[in-house]
Amino acid sequence: MSLVSTLYVGLFYFATVFLVVGLALRIKNYAQTPAPLKIPTMPAPRTETGVVFRMFREVAFFESLFRSNKWIWLFGIMFHFGMLLVLLRHLRYFTEPVWFWVNWVQPFGKYAAFAMLAGLLGLWARRFLVARVRYISTPSDHLMLALIVGIAMSGIGMSFLTHTDIISLKAFALGLLHFSPQPLPGDPLLLTHLGLVATLMIVFPISKLLHAPGVFFSPTRNQTDSSREQRHIADWAKALETGER
Amino acid sequence: MADYEVPELKEYLQVPEPREHVTNHIAPFFAKPDHQADLGFPGELIDNWQEVAINKMGDLLGKYRSFKLFLDICVHCGACTDKCHYYLGTTDANNMPVARQELLRKVYRRYFTFAGKYFPKLVGATDLTKEVLDDWYSYFHQCSQCRRCSVFCPYGIDTAEISMAAREIMDAVGVGQKYCNEIIAKVFKIGNNLGLPQPALADTLEGLEEDIEDDTGVKVRLPLDEKGADILLITPSADFFAEPHVDGLMGYAKVFHEAGVSWTLSSEASEAANFGMFIGSYENMRKLSLRIRKAALDLGVKRIVFGECGHAWRVAYSFLNTLAGPFDFLDQNYPIPQHICEFTYDLLKENKLRMNKEANDDMTITFHDSCNVARGAGMGGFEGGQFVIPREVIKASCNNYYDMNDDTILDATFCCGGGGGLLTDDLMEIRVKGAMPRMQALKQVTEEYGVTNLAAICAICKSQFAKTLPYFGFRMDQIVSVHQLVSNAIVLKGSEQEAELDGTAGEDGEAENA
Repeated sequence: MSLVSTLYVGLFYFATVFLVVGLALRIKNYAQTPAPLKIPTMPAPRTETGVVFRMFREVAFFESLFRSNKWIWLFGIMFHFGMLLVLLRHLRYFTEPVWFWVNWVQPFGKYAAFAMLAGLLGLWARRFLVARVRYISTPSDHLMLALIVGIAMSGIGMSFLTHTDIISLKAFALGLLHFSPQPLPGDPLLLTHLGLVATLMIVFPISKLLHAPGVFFSPTRNQTDSSREQRHIADWAKALETGER
Repeated sequence: MADYEVPELKEYLQVPEPREHVTNHIAPFFAKPDHQADLGFPGELIDNWQEVAINKMGDLLGKYRSFKLFLDICVHCGACTDKCHYYLGTTDANNMPVARQELLRKVYRRYFTFAGKYFPKLVGATDLTKEVLDDWYSYFHQCSQCRRCSVFCPYGIDTAEISMAAREIMDAVGVGQKYCNEIIAKVFKIGNNLGLPQPALADTLEGLEEDIEDDTGVKVRLPLDEKGADILLITPSADFFAEPHVDGLMGYAKVFHEAGVSWTLSSEASEAANFGMFIGSYENMRKLSLRIRKAALDLGVKRIVFGECGHAWRVAYSFLNTLAGPFDFLDQNYPIPQHICEFTYDLLKENKLRMNKEANDDMTITFHDSCNVARGAGMGGFEGGQFVIPREVIKASCNNYYDMNDDTILDATFCCGGGGGLLTDDLMEIRVKGAMPRMQALKQVTEEYGVTNLAAICAICKSQFAKTLPYFGFRMDQIVSVHQLVSNAIVLKGSEQEAELDGTAGEDGEAENA
């Protein structure tokens, strides 16, 4: 196996472990940090079921964002749902035989890449064109967009311009999964694509990309409106009451 | 009238381009060492303040998931940038909610995140310097913790949580705000924000009883410290004398009278407002809440009802059970605590109040949803009750009612500009500028529907509007209490008004059978 292949095998194992462990630790941390007061943004659902619906509308339709800004919503939806289809389509490189529904997604997934790219470019354009958003943008915001745009463009390049050796790529991916590393085709576009993906995986648990798991833990969105009916108290707050009543 | 420019009311609310250093000069007076000490804070900026501040931040990160999560997950999408009334009114870039959060987030990143420790420039992380602390002091006192930004954030990031934490960190290093901290100390020592002692309070209430009797011919009581009463009324101390608050208090008294319930105020807990929330201090907020628990126990009441007060109602509705509960000694058949609007609404639904809407025919009303009621609390036990119930109470009291623009009411309501501990003269400039979006919406309904008055259920809103309305070409008395409208319309049994309506009044207007 070539040096490049060995490097990429190492890179992907590292990135995967970093992503999974990093995310697990962060999620554990969020889950274990108390929310001592009831602070749902009102009006809020009165029941847990209601909260599940509210959260679903938030992550599936970006409900609050829709109320807030139609352009960000549109670009955000294009990017995220484009990416979702693209990711689902990529399951064909990791499954053998390919799951039947992944085949159904395949044609949509291919073109969803353009929606994803357009959404990203729209969001990026706002960082230059809208003065308010320009003001709040940090270099890392631009780099993050550059990274994902790079992934999308290199991917589109391989799908529509210069096809890469899909058979060998799949062997490489399955090899990673089964812990029997296989050589990676030396296609520069593919190497770029995979290098950026690994970078994204590493950046994920230590950046604002934490918004993905984080939203589920947001007290303003995941709490019920039931403070008068049920006493809500954190352990550290309970400790203040010792010997009081 | 002012040495700064009062924002001009345009046809429509316009989103300004952000400008830097427009309101960085605005900051409240510092709390004096005595007042700091009363609350258990250092008297002035301590020597090792950076270290203490960072430790305090670490402490809060472990205690409040909201704080930690909100610092982590913002993606700088910009959805909140045009939502803050202070941004719209000042154009200062740091008054965009995300930029305000960023003042603290950049320090969090520097000390608590991998990227901030090793690549500070890349992610916008900075050391906690004196300049940063000064910015905090300015801009975290230009946030009224109204939560409008949290409605529009795709992750529900609530700047109020960040500014509460910032104020708590500043208190911990000895940089407290005079207005809030002085008032909290006053409540601990005397019982209310205004420092009204028991005799003064008793005197005031007696005067109000006389006023009501003069107006109606009916003896309506405003009892104080009466043991064994069924209901303890907790109301903002402004209700005892300020206009239009006091007209609301007379309204509550009339409603209680008509309902035939026994009730009392408490001189020990003669304050609904809980400024502990403004400074983000759980312990102070808790200590203030426990006064209410103690008063309820001492007086042996069965129910607690809150008067018209926005932030108080958020603490009461959302936090009181947590802070001072469980209230197993109260009658469980009623909400604990209950809002005066809920109380009046229930009576109206049961047709137990006779209302003469014509009494308010000189007014055309609109309702200002107070931010902390709208986005921080509920009413009536159903989703959105806090919007429906006050409106129903108003509509039962008057014939002419119109809502303001949809984008400025219900959970999208604009703060009055004086909430969150900003209702002090040393912050007048930010208060006037922050009032602009609400004033713009008011102007629109004034022109479209001939609205003459703005009704509210919050002591801060009422005081703030009484002060800021004139800056925008309105009159200060255009702000009214919701229960002032009730008070005008309610027809007490055996009153002169009843006699007049029923045609049983004598020539001099006195009821014949009175």
